[in-house]
Amino acid sequence: MPECRLIGAVVAKGNWAVQSHGFSRYLPIGRTTVVVDYLNRWGIDEIALIDIDATRERRLPLFDDITRCASKCLVPLAVGGGINSLGTMERLLRSGADKVIVNSAALSNPAVITEGARNFGDQCIIVSIDAVKVGPGVYRVVRGGVTPTDTEVVEHARRVAEIGAGEILLNSVDRDGTRQGYDLGLLNAVAAAVKIPVIACGGVGTARHFLEGYEAGLTSLAAANYFNHCEHSVVLAKRFLQEHGADVRVDTPFTYADLDVNDRGRLAGPNEQLLEHLRFQYIEEEVI
Amino acid sequence: MRPVTITIIDYGMGNLVSVSNALSALHVPHSISNRAADIDAADALILPGVGAFGAAMENLRRLQVIDTLRRNVVDKGKPVLGICLGMQLFAETSEEKGHFEGLGWIRGNVRALRPGPTVRIPHVGWTEIVRQRGDCLYGRLGEHPSFYFDHSFHLECPLDLVTAKFCHGGEFVAAIRKDNLFGVQFHPEKSHRNGLKLLRNFVNQATALQGNLQHA
Repeated sequence: MPECRLIGAVVAKGNWAVQSHGFSRYLPIGRTTVVVDYLNRWGIDEIALIDIDATRERRLPLFDDITRCASKCLVPLAVGGGINSLGTMERLLRSGADKVIVNSAALSNPAVITEGARNFGDQCIIVSIDAVKVGPGVYRVVRGGVTPTDTEVVEHARRVAEIGAGEILLNSVDRDGTRQGYDLGLLNAVAAAVKIPVIACGGVGTARHFLEGYEAGLTSLAAANYFNHCEHSVVLAKRFLQEHGADVRVDTPFTYADLDVNDRGRLAGPNEQLLEHLRFQYIEEEVI
Repeated sequence: MRPVTITIIDYGMGNLVSVSNALSALHVPHSISNRAADIDAADALILPGVGAFGAAMENLRRLQVIDTLRRNVVDKGKPVLGICLGMQLFAETSEEKGHFEGLGWIRGNVRALRPGPTVRIPHVGWTEIVRQRGDCLYGRLGEHPSFYFDHSFHLECPLDLVTAKFCHGGEFVAAIRKDNLFGVQFHPEKSHRNGLKLLRNFVNQATALQGNLQHA
């Protein structure tokens, strides 16, 4: 079985990474290349880099920026934003992307999913679905991050899986930036409807939220804002998951192996003596 | 010993940039090519692969590179690392989207992975491999290292070729070795430090063998 994978979603406006709240408020973090580089060093399992302005601005992805990001990235790099043609997909894959993420085109030009899968393999094609809750257990697809459509999310997920999507990245617009945890009702409904991997996204505020996703049967857990708060956010979240029985790879020079991590993803009861020792501990970089 | 030259075979199917980035991270000189001159000049080859088997074989035929590969790999015994679809191409046949013939360098066939109640296809994500026997590819890696997989088809082949397996609703081949043929179902170029170590081991093996390809 695959282990649990933590995916760093890098929400970008062009080549600036941002914090996102409710798909409407954005705070700048820094250059995408730096965020990708850091996540890579911090032990993330995969990165999804999404340019949320490309479609709205009717422009192509920023291929040069993606090449620069890819050069820092030794884990899979999925790239999305402004992809609606086979040519764009090919150019992205040649620029260094390992997978492409299609969102708007799944509504306006779904044939591109099938063409992409046929040419590059379905494992290269992720379809991203932004969902908003309109009633108890009822979710609709949001177009362009803003406009709710009449398309029901589970039905849309089923359809894209049938026509060639290899994975679904499922975002809850309502939970985005709220730190209230994943919308498990939404995620379970979609996961039950398809046989392809479903990546959860939207709402993570504590390490326990990742665990809740894992215990609900989701092994692909994405977060955007959560990983930007501290350098050890990735390894601490993984340690918390491990302590609670999840299978997850931890491969960073410092693993917090003998320390407890609390629900929030911080060290439980910091030991002053240990922390003092850590200030001057030399960890030799492993040369491969 | 001089540094080895690795050539990554470009046949239009594969995340060449990722493999190249990984070799660059290791400071290993390499070229990306499908020209006979470059393949003949290389000390070792990497055959990446992302996409469909039939299209891959069609591309190899169209680029007229199969004979060059056979001359270098089968006749001259140069080390070659097949990654994902690249490894699958070593086999005799594949049932991916039809019925296709592969390079036939090893006995074996490529078959579909089947979904199940808790088994999603494609098999995507980090999975531990379980070593079946030692191999130079696994130096400095633990007993059950994790690597990144992303595939819907797997290789069935004789057990004596298998150096590692993985589990995904059943046991499947993760890696093979036959003389100078190395194959991995996972993506070392996308497997962070474990992947870099494996690639380094491959390069070290190629370095040790240069000029003397008569090996077991």
